[in-house]
Amino acid sequence: MERARRVLEMKGITKQYFGNTVLNDVSIDLCPGEIHALVGENGAGKSTLMNILFGMPVIHSTGGFSGEILIDGEKVELLSPAAAMQAGIGMVHQEFMLLPGFTITENIKLNREPTRKNALSKLLRSEFLDYLDIPTMRKDARTALDRLDLSIDEWLPVAGLPVGYMQFIEIAREVDKKEVRILVFDEPTAVLTETEADRLLGSLRRLAADGIAILFITHRLDEVMAVADRITVLRDGETVAMLNRDEAVVERIAELMVGRKVEKVELPPRDTDPSDKDIALTINDLLVDMPGEMVRGLSLSVRRGEILGIGGLAGHGKLGIANGIMGLYSAAGRVSKNGDNIPLNAPDQVLLKGLAFVSEDRRGVGLLLNEPIDRNIGVTAMQAQHKFLRPWPHFLPALRLENRGELRAYAEEMIRKLDIRCLGPNQPVRSLSGGNQQKVCVAKALALEPEILFVSEPTRGIDVGAKRLVLDLLVRLNREHNVTIIMTSSELGELRKICDRVAIVYRGRLAGILPPDASDAEFGLMMAGRVRKEAI
Amino acid sequence: MAHRLRQTVEHIGVPRLMIAGFLVIIFVIAYLTDMSVPQLITDSLVRVGMNGILVLAMVPTISCGVGLNFGLPLGVLSGLVGALISMEMGLAGFAGLLAAIAFAVPIAVVVGYLYALLLESVKGQEMMVGTYVGFSTVAVMCVFWLMAPFKNPELIWAIGGKGLRFTLTLGNHFGKVLNNFAVFQLFGVKISAGLMGFFLLFCLLIYLFYRTKVGIAMLAAGANPVFARSAGIEVRRMKAVGVVLSTVLAAIGIIVYAQSYGFLQLYMAPLMMAFPAVAAILIGGASLQRATIFNVIIGTVLFQTLLTTALPVTSRVIQGDISEVARLIISNGMILYALTRSTGGK
Amino acid sequence: MTQSSEPKTVESGRNVSLDIRHIILTNGVPILFLALSITMALVAGLNFTFLLNEVITRLARNSLLVLSLLIPVTAGMGLNFGIVIGAMAGQASVIAVTYWGITGVRGFLLACLLSTPLAAITGWLAGLVLNRAKGREMITSMILGFFANGIYQLIFLFLVGPIIPLKSAAMLLPQGIGVRNTVDLINIAQSLDKIWRPVIGGVRIPVVTLLISFGMCVIIAFLMKTKMGQNLRAVGQDMNIAEVMGIKVDKTRIIAMILSTVIAGWGQLIFLQNIGTLNTYNSHEQVGMFSIAALLVGGASTRRATIFQAVAGVILFHTLFVVSPLAGQRLFGVPQIGEYFRVFVAYGIIAVALALHAWQGRQVRREAIREAMLTE
Repeated sequence: MERARRVLEMKGITKQYFGNTVLNDVSIDLCPGEIHALVGENGAGKSTLMNILFGMPVIHSTGGFSGEILIDGEKVELLSPAAAMQAGIGMVHQEFMLLPGFTITENIKLNREPTRKNALSKLLRSEFLDYLDIPTMRKDARTALDRLDLSIDEWLPVAGLPVGYMQFIEIAREVDKKEVRILVFDEPTAVLTETEADRLLGSLRRLAADGIAILFITHRLDEVMAVADRITVLRDGETVAMLNRDEAVVERIAELMVGRKVEKVELPPRDTDPSDKDIALTINDLLVDMPGEMVRGLSLSVRRGEILGIGGLAGHGKLGIANGIMGLYSAAGRVSKNGDNIPLNAPDQVLLKGLAFVSEDRRGVGLLLNEPIDRNIGVTAMQAQHKFLRPWPHFLPALRLENRGELRAYAEEMIRKLDIRCLGPNQPVRSLSGGNQQKVCVAKALALEPEILFVSEPTRGIDVGAKRLVLDLLVRLNREHNVTIIMTSSELGELRKICDRVAIVYRGRLAGILPPDASDAEFGLMMAGRVRKEAI
Repeated sequence: MAHRLRQTVEHIGVPRLMIAGFLVIIFVIAYLTDMSVPQLITDSLVRVGMNGILVLAMVPTISCGVGLNFGLPLGVLSGLVGALISMEMGLAGFAGLLAAIAFAVPIAVVVGYLYALLLESVKGQEMMVGTYVGFSTVAVMCVFWLMAPFKNPELIWAIGGKGLRFTLTLGNHFGKVLNNFAVFQLFGVKISAGLMGFFLLFCLLIYLFYRTKVGIAMLAAGANPVFARSAGIEVRRMKAVGVVLSTVLAAIGIIVYAQSYGFLQLYMAPLMMAFPAVAAILIGGASLQRATIFNVIIGTVLFQTLLTTALPVTSRVIQGDISEVARLIISNGMILYALTRSTGGK
Repeated sequence: MTQSSEPKTVESGRNVSLDIRHIILTNGVPILFLALSITMALVAGLNFTFLLNEVITRLARNSLLVLSLLIPVTAGMGLNFGIVIGAMAGQASVIAVTYWGITGVRGFLLACLLSTPLAAITGWLAGLVLNRAKGREMITSMILGFFANGIYQLIFLFLVGPIIPLKSAAMLLPQGIGVRNTVDLINIAQSLDKIWRPVIGGVRIPVVTLLISFGMCVIIAFLMKTKMGQNLRAVGQDMNIAEVMGIKVDKTRIIAMILSTVIAGWGQLIFLQNIGTLNTYNSHEQVGMFSIAALLVGGASTRRATIFQAVAGVILFHTLFVVSPLAGQRLFGVPQIGEYFRVFVAYGIIAVALALHAWQGRQVRREAIREAMLTE
């Protein structure tokens, strides 16, 4: 491998969003013909780095970045996606940028169609009136497909093609751009079957052999091991390691990806520790149809009174569990609480059974943003359990009037207890800070007086101080009110900080359950799917 | 200071300020040209009471997440059928009015429910589908009016023709029963407590409805369907309730409108009924997602006062009847304004 | 619409009966209307030559208006109810030309020339408005038509006379302000039709008018084979993808609106020269609705419309239009029933097409999600 020449160098890249440092002095470089893998958890800064490389408007509208980008050793300013394209950078998008009604050829040549002049276009001097040069378009498309070893007819419409082919057409489009020397693949195998993924990796190798430099972003560590020449690991916006293939092992990469210093905090003790003798919730063969977070046959027992953490890499289904049980996405399987069967796909009945949920999508699912705090806190309990309503008419609860006084008093109590910083129970929740919004969501769940509380990504998008408050609040609920808590989070650190046990989900199933003080390597391996259940 | 001013303007909304300003100018001109200002206000109030409930019918569909109810003619047609049954039975006065409403409501419930089922399957295009479902139902009902088995000679063509007349006089039935009930004078302005009270009663009922469990569930379903689902609310059912409620209000609204007007208009008359109601609530500051009783009252008062006063006042200054043109421009301009803003009419 | 969009059929050797079923399934609407038209024509007992005469006249009169709808459909903006704006531009020009007293084909051509910039400017404005209402273009274009109607009435009822100098007692209302409700277009009436109108088998054929419509078909087909056509189709399928791929979406949509409005303006002029009188305040009102209904009867949808569907639609819709009052008279003894029936057909077909449009849109999205998940 020739290492002398660098086609791309990104040096000392630092980027802040509204005072938050999301990338700190990150450097990465690419040689021609090399496959360089970029790995890291969600939020590690991969996508920000790619946005910088592509000159996306979101970067420049938020104050730009510091550091420099060199192409062929020369400093470049990539201020727009067009500039990046001009500089020879191609991107295979995670979502398909394909028009279903167009043929493969038309998609490959989209907005780069070769044209022929005609009388009218000559007369009006308008390129827009040139004919499309269909034969040349087809020839170019054929060449690009052949380079990927794809024998499909280039004149088929894209609609109805298997998803795997669509990914290849995306790649063919980039390959067809003559100027492309650097290709970025953003999680290209996320939607592919295993055989399709293998073929894709084959194409990657072939393109690299042609001299194209490839930056390969992925979660799947086995794929990294299969094709990468070098591997850069990002964590919390910093480069934690750059490994050559010969020095890399899966365990090491996994550990680097998730490793975090865990602060040792003394949690308040309990009278009796939760144990397998007293199970609060049993989940058997749970299937959840949540796009991007499918659960495919998960079984798990939750001990009464514990805080159970659920971790795992993005896309493996950890978020689907709570959403499925609470009836927000269609689910199948058996879930029982204290031996009592919980009906699935029926949110109203689940709420009656003493389960509550603080959603990961606070603003989308958790809150009515334009409504005041008290209504947000009360509406779920009102609808599901007829709380905060006047007693009349008994026979028709639907027409009972809201009991403003009772609701207000409850909201004020919650504001005091959870320390929600606001102007009063009348303030619309839209104008609260992220941390205080999260507390409103918790208060909403508490109004249901749940025995079991699901909490997903409780600290996502809130500042550091508020994170601690929210976690402390969960511990308090658990210890003082004896609520069994099932907390799902992408931040392994916080799971290990407050949970009694941490369950790791891999590809929609339970990979295993670890104690919070297990080593980084154990967590890393389990999240990468390298440990079988029996091994724990 | 300039900032404060801009905030105030934004709070009230540019369209409302413009229309209110225009109204002030109209009243000043009226005063200067020795027109009877109390008479203008009297006429405006009658128009407000006449149209108010039709505007109120927009609230449930907006708040349950369906959007502006361009399918208002469906409710209007239900109301007309109810009124016709009452007239066929020869009922007069308040009995006739109440009977008309009593017959119209069950029809509107059924029609509204079917309409809700349709809207559920065309999510995202409710306004356009609603408009044309309304239009085509009006056309179907034209055939119905021609063939309907009504026998009362007051309703059908005297000689030669077949079917119901185009315009039916309500004088012998329930014409003006509300308008003429408990009328009193205040500073030269005649106020019909019957008409205004009826409108305000419905405003109060709808206001209370949004304080009940089902009303709050509907608001939640409209504001954030996923939130509603997570709270155990069935969003589809809430939308159906909203559409049915809107259709029922439209049916009652047209009966009140007709009694005030003194005539029942059939055939193509209900075709464009939705547009003034839509315009009024948008002028009142509602958006495609959010509407309150307050928006209804403000919007109806501004819009109807404008229409009522524009004609007599402007005819002193400009030759010809400009009020119809003004209605077209203002109402459609207002709807356009709301459609092109993500936040709606604010 | 063009060759390039036709997917090559992969499966060959399907048997014939399947093909017929396929044709019926994909062309259900036009076949239904064909059957309906034939039945009603038989019921009405119409003279065939009379019917043919009527339909040919109406084909020549209306097809340009219907063709003007095609480009916005291709650009994904749905059915352009805003073509009434183009019609108003045409009418404004025809009023001017009548006032100046320019007659014959010269007058007609001058009206076209005048209407073009008027329609282009109003079409550009309409495009700007629709770009702010993405996803609800149809309702917005409909309201835009109503709004423009208000402006049009303001101009021709109140501004003509005092502000716009038009001093013709024959054209003005008695008080000297505003244009009369009907304007006799004696100067340009039939100017195109009568250039060459041979009678073949009792049927009079306005050859030049039909040739102009045919020419417009050729121009649209040409446009679809160019880079502009490709951009229109790309924008029509997915604005976001087109934007990411560097196509100027907003500009493309504005161009679609300008073209549509300009063609509609010419279409209205052809319509008026055939009718011979202008109903100043009514002639344009129903143009959008009837043209759209005709296109839909031809089997088009809000997402896909071809030249063939436009032409077939005009023929079928207007056949129905001619025969339904007579059929109503024959069947029920009440001619109004037929009239209301055809109003219902116009509204109803639009309602059904819109409902199908929304319903299919949801199905497509749902399937896309399913597929993405199944493959995981």
